Amino acid sequence: MLSSLSPHLPIIQVVLPLIAAPICVIFRRTGVAWLIALVVSWLSFGISIVLLEQVISNGPISYLLGSWPTPWGIEYRVDILSAFVMLIVTSIGAIVMIFAPNSVHMEIPPDRTYLFYTMYLLTFTGLLGITITGDAFNLFVFLEISSLSSYVLISLGAERNALTAALRYLILGTVGATFYIIGVGLMYQMTGTLNITDLAERLPEVASTKTILVAIGFITVGIGLKLGLFPLHVWLPNAYAYAPSVVTVFLAATATKVAVYMMLRVYFSIFGTKMFSALPIDELLLILGLIAILSMSAVAIYQSNAKRLLAYSSVAQVGYMVIGISMVTTTGLTATILHLFNHAMIKCALFLVLAAVFYRIKSVKIEDMAGLGKAMPYTMAAFIVAGFSLLGVPLTVGFISKWYLILGALEKGWWPVAGLIVVSSLLAVIYFWKIIEIAYFKPRPEGAAEISEVPLNMLLPIWVMVGSNVYFGMNTDLTVSAAMSAAKSLIGGAP
Amino acid sequence: MTIDAFPPGVILVLGGLVLPFVSQQIRYTIILLLPLFVLWSVWQVGDGVQLTLPFLDYELAVVKGDALSRIFATVFAIMAFVGGLFALKQKQVAELAAAFIYAGSAIGVAFAGDLITVFIFWEIMALGSTMVIWAAKTPESYKASMRYLMIHLLGGVILMIGVIAHIADTGSVAFQAMTPNSIGTWMILAGFLINAGAPPLTAWLPDAYPEGSFSGTVFLSAFTTKTAVYVLLRGYPGTEILIYIGVYMIFYGIIYALLENDMRRILSYSIINQVGFMITGIGIGTEMALNGAAAHAFTHIIYKGLLLMSAGSVIYMTGGKRKCTDLGGLFQSMPITCICGIIGALAISSFPLTSGFISKSMIAQAAGDEQLLFVWMCLAAASAGVFLHAGIKFPWFVFFQKDSGLRPKDPPWNMKAAMILFAFLCIALGVAPGPLYDILPFKTTYEPYTVPHVINQLQLLLFAGLSFFLALPIMKRTLTISLDWDWFYRKFGAWLIVFLTRGTVEMRRDIFGNLQIFVNSVINLAFKGHGPNGIFARTNATGNSVATVIILLTVLMLIFYLEI
Repeated sequence: MLSSLSPHLPIIQVVLPLIAAPICVIFRRTGVAWLIALVVSWLSFGISIVLLEQVISNGPISYLLGSWPTPWGIEYRVDILSAFVMLIVTSIGAIVMIFAPNSVHMEIPPDRTYLFYTMYLLTFTGLLGITITGDAFNLFVFLEISSLSSYVLISLGAERNALTAALRYLILGTVGATFYIIGVGLMYQMTGTLNITDLAERLPEVASTKTILVAIGFITVGIGLKLGLFPLHVWLPNAYAYAPSVVTVFLAATATKVAVYMMLRVYFSIFGTKMFSALPIDELLLILGLIAILSMSAVAIYQSNAKRLLAYSSVAQVGYMVIGISMVTTTGLTATILHLFNHAMIKCALFLVLAAVFYRIKSVKIEDMAGLGKAMPYTMAAFIVAGFSLLGVPLTVGFISKWYLILGALEKGWWPVAGLIVVSSLLAVIYFWKIIEIAYFKPRPEGAAEISEVPLNMLLPIWVMVGSNVYFGMNTDLTVSAAMSAAKSLIGGAP
Repeated sequence: MTIDAFPPGVILVLGGLVLPFVSQQIRYTIILLLPLFVLWSVWQVGDGVQLTLPFLDYELAVVKGDALSRIFATVFAIMAFVGGLFALKQKQVAELAAAFIYAGSAIGVAFAGDLITVFIFWEIMALGSTMVIWAAKTPESYKASMRYLMIHLLGGVILMIGVIAHIADTGSVAFQAMTPNSIGTWMILAGFLINAGAPPLTAWLPDAYPEGSFSGTVFLSAFTTKTAVYVLLRGYPGTEILIYIGVYMIFYGIIYALLENDMRRILSYSIINQVGFMITGIGIGTEMALNGAAAHAFTHIIYKGLLLMSAGSVIYMTGGKRKCTDLGGLFQSMPITCICGIIGALAISSFPLTSGFISKSMIAQAAGDEQLLFVWMCLAAASAGVFLHAGIKFPWFVFFQKDSGLRPKDPPWNMKAAMILFAFLCIALGVAPGPLYDILPFKTTYEPYTVPHVINQLQLLLFAGLSFFLALPIMKRTLTISLDWDWFYRKFGAWLIVFLTRGTVEMRRDIFGNLQIFVNSVINLAFKGHGPNGIFARTNATGNSVATVIILLTVLMLIFYLEI
């Protein structure tokens, strides 16, 4: 039976969580909903691994929905880039679902927890759909599925601020999605097709028309909003800070990564590298990326809430990815794609630790974390190792990203850019150290409640993530080769 | 992948990681036996590449042996053993764990056959040494460790960019002799020199090392700078600029050590001075000079370790007294510490029959052979200077001089044993230099004990000694703070700005106040933009952010319109 399923894996990957979501609503029981979400996440993780293996050995998989041939029907297309991003999303989902129950139980009222799992599954569906579809309009549909459900997820946060944060994200996210669909509409007007491969073939004829230029502009801004590109990032810090802890972990590790995937897809698979020689988009991205890594790291230094601090750090890290894209070279894109994976590992581990901290002390204000180094030794030790990875210490994944990014910059002869990248990594030392200093060098306040380590089902996911930060920092076979061949195929033009 | 030898450094690092989690008995066993095992395994590493590992797109030569690697790895392992013995009863287990990681990564650098492995161990070393400083658990040590870490991370990223650029240029990761002729090689050199304590970033060393615990400083003195000497020896032999950097460091160290009052700061400045000798030797670059630099690193680690152990014993037994003005007359109650300290002092002053004599003279000989008269004279003058600041000043003010009234006892057995062992090595190497000469990177027939050489050196030391006691009234240490180079970048710049903006020549006593104003104004400026209410950090108005979106779109459209 398994072998007969195997050609249908691309559609199963999307339909499975999509069907599971309403089932959670039918049962309305926290435990059942969690179990469904857990099983679906792990199944998807398994499917991602199989798909990645297939793609690596047999090349891209094309799946025609309802057997309608392209460009009339919708095509699902899995190439190495989408398989790689899918692996990121599903692995994070699988880990987060193990961690989730305690944290969700504490932070979300019991009558709404099943909604959390429902919305999580829908977000999951949307993110996977974005990576798997080969159709520009279908991509918009999945973008909206993931966005709308993530607005709900954020609004589940306990503080009232969560509502305003979600509303803001709703407004800006909708603007972003609208801009994207305007762009797609303009392209459709000029080419009459929505299939990405087909678009790539037909666009060059009309590439220099004003309509397509406007389309590029709208799409750039639209996706820029989604990935938190400076200065379009303003929705992000509050959304991350006020969302329930588990939601923050999941979104921080996956949502912006998928948006970067969209940017890569649209720029390189649809427009192709020629666009960069005609238009100064690469310069623009470079400038915005550089401002992001410096200015957002500086903002992070001044934050008093650890979740917000890491949120700003995420905006800065997106800056690294954008700088990689702006190089328009194989090494630059390798750095970007690698950092998608690596940053997901890093931020997942760090936000998981904060979720564990919140679970015990009901706060993620940095000043409240005093003395946690002693009280929660295993949790905080994980924070240190993951933080080293964020700083790019050798033998962690962060180092690998930094290496390729600087290599890419030097290949282009961009010495000052390489310099600014390392300056921003030194800024990261400062903001990361703020938390360590409080946690390890300040005693617990007098009269504070006794706290203990978090339970094993929280500690284990944290350390699995930390472990993969170290493992993939030493054994780079999978990540580097996948990222490099994805980068090569993007630069080569063929999706 | 071929595994012929497990990297000896990694054994020590792993041992360090285990230390905090085992019982006291097992801990003592590990501390005492593991370094000896590592020493043994250092000598099992054959010549050539022994272990390769794939990493990124490269094949790393993680273990590559030759004579130069072995001599440094040997002395690092010896230091780890004796340092561990000295610190055996240190209550901060974290310090010993960090010290083993630190020493292990130093050995890792010594066997690294490629630049990436060098860099990886280099960074671990920076983290390990920072934790050693921390473990002193004083507010000063925490602050010093942060300054130390920042400088070393800066050095690390400079090195990293250099390594990447060098690999991009040449396509090879191999770590071998280079000439500074490209941005990559210059940056690698700069990264190495920062760890050596070379100018202009010298001040991290005397700033951070004296803040370690009584035993922590002993470890700190050995590895960071000597690893830098090793990589310079391998990477940049015969690079002329190193001669001048070395000579500068020699005199810099002497002058500041003479002005200093804190005994461990004296010894820290003296590290810079001694590393200066080695770097000068590397800059000269002949076989004799390189042998001399390697030999001097070997003997220096031992006698500087000995001096800092005797200083550490004094601190340990007097409950933290470290200023010359507070000490004195300790020879009566601490005879063993006193004698060991004197032996170390004689060795650092290169007295005949001590280890310093047989190593430093090689560098001077090399300068003479190469007809570098100026360098030779500087080295001779510096020898006298070393005797003044480290040879006489340290033991005199700590153990003799006035009677401070303190009557501390000699330290516990393990600390005494560690000191006696190193004191023995100082003398043994001085009397019979053969074994050391045999393991030098190049074959040598050098004979230090010629009549003119010995007489020369004795005369030099005698007159230096005489001048010390004649000038004793000036040398008497008061409670002074001497301004180091870092004053220029930390304080002077600030003062200059205030001075220029106010237009007054009011030499204010509270430069610290002005520094505060300057730093605050920079921070305020950054804070204005990036603080919680700064323009970059504002998140409240949805309308504004939509406006940003529109503006960005307009800008894009405009640019596109102009481009076409």
